[in-house]
Amino acid sequence: MALLQVNDLEVSFDMRSGSVKALQDINFSIERGDRVGIVGESGAGKSVLGFSILNLISRPGSITGGNVLFEDRDLANLSAKELRDIRGNRISMIFQDPMMTLNPVLTIGTQMIECLQAHRKINKNDAKKIAIQKLQQVYIPSPETRLDQYPHELSGGMRQRIVIAIGLLMDPEIIIADEPTTALDVTIQAEIMELILELCERNHVALIMITHDLGVISQVTNRLFVMYSGRIIEQGPTKEIINDAQHPYTQGLINALPQMTIRGERLQQIPGSMPSLNTRITGCVFHPRCEHAENTCTRTHPKYTTSGGCKVACHMVEKMKSQPLLSE
Amino acid sequence: MTQNSTLPVNNQAHTMSEKFFKSHFWHSFKIDIVAQLCFLVFIAYVFMALFAPAIAPFDPYDPASIDIMNSEIPPSWSEEGDESFWLGTDNQGRDLWSTILYGTRVSLLIGIGAVFLQAFLGICIGLVAGYIGGRLDSFLMRMADVQLSFSTLMVAIIFLAVFQASFGTELYQELAMFMLILVIGIAEWPQYARTVRASVLAEKEKEYVDAARVIGLSTPRIMFRHILPNTLSPILVISTVQVANAIIAEASLSFLGLGMPASEPSLGSLISSGFEYIFSGAWWITMIPGIVLVLLVLVMNLLGDWLRDVLNPKLYKG
Repeated sequence: MALLQVNDLEVSFDMRSGSVKALQDINFSIERGDRVGIVGESGAGKSVLGFSILNLISRPGSITGGNVLFEDRDLANLSAKELRDIRGNRISMIFQDPMMTLNPVLTIGTQMIECLQAHRKINKNDAKKIAIQKLQQVYIPSPETRLDQYPHELSGGMRQRIVIAIGLLMDPEIIIADEPTTALDVTIQAEIMELILELCERNHVALIMITHDLGVISQVTNRLFVMYSGRIIEQGPTKEIINDAQHPYTQGLINALPQMTIRGERLQQIPGSMPSLNTRITGCVFHPRCEHAENTCTRTHPKYTTSGGCKVACHMVEKMKSQPLLSE
Repeated sequence: MTQNSTLPVNNQAHTMSEKFFKSHFWHSFKIDIVAQLCFLVFIAYVFMALFAPAIAPFDPYDPASIDIMNSEIPPSWSEEGDESFWLGTDNQGRDLWSTILYGTRVSLLIGIGAVFLQAFLGICIGLVAGYIGGRLDSFLMRMADVQLSFSTLMVAIIFLAVFQASFGTELYQELAMFMLILVIGIAEWPQYARTVRASVLAEKEKEYVDAARVIGLSTPRIMFRHILPNTLSPILVISTVQVANAIIAEASLSFLGLGMPASEPSLGSLISSGFEYIFSGAWWITMIPGIVLVLLVLVMNLLGDWLRDVLNPKLYKG
């Protein structure tokens, strides 16, 4: 039994111009202790995927197909109370901007104790002790004083640590981290990533890391999903994908990374931008931007082909292998 | 990166007062002479209202202490004045100073009571409308629009007149204060509901609300504990203005004979009772309570203005 299983998930948003599919054909499963990365451009549906795991898509969006099973229970069939019992307790989420995720008018302590009391029958003093213990786990100096402070009194990195501590409060099985380091500067980014990694390893927590930063992903995760326009177009072990990407989009992403070894050259970029979800594209969603696209690509959406440990949704995988691209 | 452990560890009571005296709030109060004056005057009013029985030389509610022969004595500084009646007496022979003290008490009580009722109704409705949204929101806000399209005075006049006609004046006089609070409170809730809803709409898009939902908190808890405290500053500002408005509304109703009875006068009914005598030269019965009322309302509005400037970060001058 997988800890979390997502089957044929489809999420749609009802807009005035009609319904738009933000996610489709999403399939994966996650075991205890897995560390999974989800990458893709802005608007690829990464965050929507994160929220739909918690069944927290807000209107006008809704899950229109497939299901999300947590310990074999379909989240869509659970009552509001059962869902609340899972959120924060079994699955927790860390957001992008620590400036925004803490309530500005409540003290750190109030927010942590509140979370504990929402899930357990526990008195204030015991809750305080747990809160202090968790703050120590994320290496916050003098945690007792922090409890009485307001978010604005702390620095960005400190706040993100607190957000992580809140995420860890109930010893969840899964942590969804939605771009947890984008709002922080580089040195603190590294610290926070290390911290998350360490905590996940120590507590044997499954991690779903949503980001557009391939560097971060390669550091932390052992499996990788690449998303494009609401679909997972390539998935497999992180190392394999980073070293030998199969899908032209993933290759583009990796080539677009600045490299210190090559000087004086322009960065490669993927031409064009991701289509708006309103425009219906027949065939492979990536074909308008793909330099390998052929006739078949414009007609049918590719099925997954297995290549090494990876699954790739591309018609041209075999062909690209036999005749490597001579773009230079 | 750490903001290390060398931060001084204060005990909490100490930091609380220290925080207050270092705050922007206190600073802007300290440099604003108008705010200080207004606050002083307002405190004086509250003091007068609270300790009216102790300060007043006479008890205007006690018919035995009133002598009709003392009626319409001008203030003590005029020629025909009487030493024992500082501000003169009204048409029934009551000491005007004592009556004003008691009247301020009644006016403030009605004003604050009505605002509490308005705030309670308006905050609940505004929160629900803003957070839950959809059809419920449209329904509640259209109700607010309908309510706003009747003027407060009109609603109050109809309601109070019907009550008086159907249950008799005596019962009405007994319940007058309660009824006034109820009517003014109900008539003005949309002010709060709209303000609260507008701020809730802005607040609920913020990430901390998502975070609270992700933690698994219940909807009422998110509404009242997470969103409401973040909408408090506009609520505070309209509250000061609304107290002033409620006092004015009560005074207007009393002036029209629908407010507090003459035996238990508020500032409004005092003004009204003196109105008939103003042409026979007894100006003080109307003028003095009038000045007291105007000053009270002015002070509250100025305080509200100041508060709005202080709590609006866009006007922060550093």
